Amino acid sequence: MNTIVDIVLRLACWLLLAPLLPGIINRVKAWVGGRRGPPVLQLYYDLARLWKKSVVMSTLASPAFVVLPAVAWVALLAAAMLMPLGPAGAGLSFRGDVVLMLYLLGLGRFCTAWAAMETGSAFEGMGAVREVSYAVLAEAAMVAAMLSLSVQTHSLTLTTMLSPTVGAGAVLLAAGLFIVLLAENCRVPFDDPNTHLELTMIHEVMVLDHSGPPFAVILHGASMKLLFFAVLLTQAVLPMGKLGVVSSACVLVAGVFVVTVSVGFVESLMARLAFRRVPLQLATAFLLCVFALLVAWKGGVA
Amino acid sequence: MNHNLNLLLDVAMGLNLVSLACSRLQTLIRVMALQGVILGLMPLVMEHDLDWRFALIALATVFGKGMVIPLLLRRAMRKAHTDRELEPFIGFVPSLLLGAGGTIAALAMVNQLPLLPEHTGSVLVPAALATILTGFILLIGRAKAISQACGYLILENGIYVFGLLLLKAMPILVEAGVLLDITVSVFIISIVVDRIQTVFDSLDTRHLTTLRE
Repeated sequence: MNTIVDIVLRLACWLLLAPLLPGIINRVKAWVGGRRGPPVLQLYYDLARLWKKSVVMSTLASPAFVVLPAVAWVALLAAAMLMPLGPAGAGLSFRGDVVLMLYLLGLGRFCTAWAAMETGSAFEGMGAVREVSYAVLAEAAMVAAMLSLSVQTHSLTLTTMLSPTVGAGAVLLAAGLFIVLLAENCRVPFDDPNTHLELTMIHEVMVLDHSGPPFAVILHGASMKLLFFAVLLTQAVLPMGKLGVVSSACVLVAGVFVVTVSVGFVESLMARLAFRRVPLQLATAFLLCVFALLVAWKGGVA
Repeated sequence: MNHNLNLLLDVAMGLNLVSLACSRLQTLIRVMALQGVILGLMPLVMEHDLDWRFALIALATVFGKGMVIPLLLRRAMRKAHTDRELEPFIGFVPSLLLGAGGTIAALAMVNQLPLLPEHTGSVLVPAALATILTGFILLIGRAKAISQACGYLILENGIYVFGLLLLKAMPILVEAGVLLDITVSVFIISIVVDRIQTVFDSLDTRHLTTLRE
């Protein structure tokens, strides 16, 4: 009985809080730009509106066009269940769950890219190509970050891995994971979530032909991914294990909030990178994580 | 003392990688100057009792590497009307990965090197090796004469870090000679850069390899 309540609370937390983050980012952007901006709850309204609409499908598309966004969403939710939430621990935890988490994220991306190509439009294929080619580099950085946490704590379980030590390694890891967060969630230096200029879109291209409930699922999944990475970054960098239950929960919430606000600031203060500069930026993220791994491995030297 | 020194050396190694990744010549010169300043501060951090000779070395290095040489290079750059490295021989991502690989290899093999007992636990030698390697990559991989000059200066920074190992034995001799040498050579480089610019109307050293009558 207790487990069921725990799982339900956890699901509610992930599902209900996730759409808040894009709202906060938009608020920060509006504030920096001197505008009033949309309400923080805008994404909730959008999701409700999309849920009521009907689906328009291309005659070329197979049923996978509707099913795949749902699969991607479920994969993300499963990854979120593996992610420990501060003092509450993870919904599901076993040795090696970090590998499953990485694969679930990959599955989510695979499904989104496949669904994009279902319509047979060359344009969406281009978006999928861009997304996947960035992801190759971002995933390398992600794996290096997980490896450095694993070496640091001699463990392959997320709940024990995410109790890092303070030091130079944590700073490197924070910088690396923040770049990965921006790239994975298609935020500004890599992609502009607001752009509708066809030649530069990445994520928006892939979801262009989706409508109605599947599109709502895609949007919600994207916000959940953002929350997921913010939680991961906070826990991978801040040593919260030593704090009490209440204070570590507060630190987690504050950390996620700070990450979200800084995404907003990056988005308002930076321009997007030119396409040819993106691999360099992602290689930098990879190297930051590799050096964090080196610090974890060598211990005291650096 | 060792801890502070290692921190400075880590920052210097980080600057190596920044210099490999940046395409603007202005940034490259600034990174190199900052690295020179950090190296200049090292003699002060290394010794407990402040000798006036160490202070002199530090002052001369900071002044020379942080101000005079960047000034000369910046003037050459302004005359040549270039501010970017556009088509390097080795691209930015490969050179960054090469530099990082070299740094990691240097750090990994530090325990295998036969060092004096007082130098174990410090990253002086790996930092020197990594910096020299970065200088080589810049020298080989960049096409613009000014980037190559920066590569040469970073290479020299690496040699300077090696020289810090001898600080107690020969406090002022090596550094003074080296500083004089590089200031003169930067003079010559800026003159050469100017000549390349007037003859070829560009700073691309690829022009220098084609023969003409």
